[in-house]
Amino acid sequence: MAIPFDQILIQTVNGLVNGMILALVASGLTLIFGIMDVVNFAHGDLVMLGAFVGATTIAATGSFWLAFLVAALVIAVFGAALQASTLRPLLGRDPLTTILATFGISLVLQKYALWQWGPSARKIQEPITGQFAMFYLEYPWYRVATAFFAGAIIGAFWLFLKYGRYGIWIRATMQDRIMASAMGIPVPLVHTAVFAIGAAMAAASGVLFGPLGGVTQTMGFDFTLRAFIVVVVGGMGNLGGSILAAIFISLLEAYASIIVSPSQAVIVSFMALILTLLFRPTGLFVPTPK
Amino acid sequence: MSVPGGSGSSNHFTARLARRTASARTATTYWLGFAVVLALLIVAPLVLPEFWRRFVTEILIWGLLAMSSDILIGYTGMVSFGHSVFFGIGMYGAAAALLTVRPPNLWLALLYGLVAAGLVAVFVAYFSTRLRDIYFAITTLVFSQIFYVIIFTWTEVTGGENGLTFRQPPLAIPGVLSAAFTPVTLHWFVLGVVTLSYLLLRRVTQSPFGMVLQSIRENEPRTRAIGYHVERYKIVAVMLSGLVAGLAGVLYAIQNKFVAPDFVFFVVSGEVVIFNVMGGMGTLVGPVAGAAFFLLLREGLSRFWTEYYLIPVGIIFTLMVIWIPQGLLGFAKRRLNQ
Repeated sequence: MAIPFDQILIQTVNGLVNGMILALVASGLTLIFGIMDVVNFAHGDLVMLGAFVGATTIAATGSFWLAFLVAALVIAVFGAALQASTLRPLLGRDPLTTILATFGISLVLQKYALWQWGPSARKIQEPITGQFAMFYLEYPWYRVATAFFAGAIIGAFWLFLKYGRYGIWIRATMQDRIMASAMGIPVPLVHTAVFAIGAAMAAASGVLFGPLGGVTQTMGFDFTLRAFIVVVVGGMGNLGGSILAAIFISLLEAYASIIVSPSQAVIVSFMALILTLLFRPTGLFVPTPK
Repeated sequence: MSVPGGSGSSNHFTARLARRTASARTATTYWLGFAVVLALLIVAPLVLPEFWRRFVTEILIWGLLAMSSDILIGYTGMVSFGHSVFFGIGMYGAAAALLTVRPPNLWLALLYGLVAAGLVAVFVAYFSTRLRDIYFAITTLVFSQIFYVIIFTWTEVTGGENGLTFRQPPLAIPGVLSAAFTPVTLHWFVLGVVTLSYLLLRRVTQSPFGMVLQSIRENEPRTRAIGYHVERYKIVAVMLSGLVAGLAGVLYAIQNKFVAPDFVFFVVSGEVVIFNVMGGMGTLVGPVAGAAFFLLLREGLSRFWTEYYLIPVGIIFTLMVIWIPQGLLGFAKRRLNQ
């Protein structure tokens, strides 16, 4: 079976766009795991909540970018409250306990969204409406802009981690919690802040994703699962690895969906995860541990 | 996974000493309690109205599923987030037997369901047991999603989203009797299967094999250092757990006369984990109590809250994870001992 070249190219662009959104979700997840050993099962639901808050704000104000900011801020505050109330008591316990606790939170958030916003899908109006011709498709500029925008957020965040004063605090806490605390870094505050940042990034990707796929209260699980896959394939707690893995997985799925239906293409990324876990459990995109 | 009560080794030792002196007395109490509960469950369908009769039968089936995952969560310390796959495949196995073989045969349904669940369990166990902790949880979740997607999209065989419906097989013992299930006999049949499985699992957890599983939970590197082949034990644990979960699936299929991909979906796996946490991990009975508690909560709350009952249930669950990780049963035990 010959696969037309134009289809491959279109799927490459699709894969890259989805990959950048996913990278934004996954980098929050991996950061939260890296710093406090919390496997956040509710991460996808933060994406969903962010998208809903964004959609509501747009309905009220009509401005996409305002909605983007509001969603990120609201979910950041919410995330901080969540971390302080449910995850702080679990600090130092088995990471499995945190999976259980965040799983409970995920249930609550999903049903809350259903209660608050109803079962019907919402569509966020895209702020950039132009299209350009790509083979037989009119490809929306918004998708391309999304990829760049997500990339910019990740880049800015990376710079913050690398050079910012508080970024250095975060990295220090990641490396050695006790030593960081001895150096005068307020570790509990850093934990809460990191969770808030991760939540804000999730909310941001939710709003960015809104125009592409619609907003429903069940979209969270899909994001959680994908972000898990990405984070494991990229190496738990490794930011750069997660970003590469997000693009890798999304491209794989995009190419697979040329041949099979998109719902079956998911299996390809599941396989990628299982193979990674079996043959390179430290992650695909990290240097080999010595 | 650390389990309450097993925190310090000296604590452990005194606990064991105390247990040994009181063991004769506790054994009597245990079997007395067992007999009372069993008797109550035997009588239940005769006195309860139709709705609650069905409800109790369902609790038993979900309880069996919860019990099966307790082998992994409570005894071996491996949280499975994909138990729905064994349950669902057991259901589809039973469906295959009931749809292809005429007349429908109960024992063939059991056999098909168990073989199907067993095969899937071997497959899942082989891959997932190489991983630990959260990686095990994520892998089992991913495996259950793989099977969910296959079942959901393979419409010609599995009926896709609509699932399959079939007729209930009669309760037949060759040469002895053959009678259609009534709600009461179905309840007794389910009770019989669940009780036997419980006794079997209890025996397994108290056997040397079960002890090794528990030592894996407490300290895996040390267990390996002693010389146990940890991976092999884990594979057998996952297979055993998968088989029993498949058995629960067969029972559920027979009770409800239909299968659907929903039962392979993650929601069921999540509920199983909830049963375990609520009831008390590592007790076998606890998860059954957890299933009963959860289903009662759902029944009570969904009258006012419809599908939003998961909001209060989720909050209760999260609070229990944080404050009473030993579950209802462990909590009650501790209270009684004070």
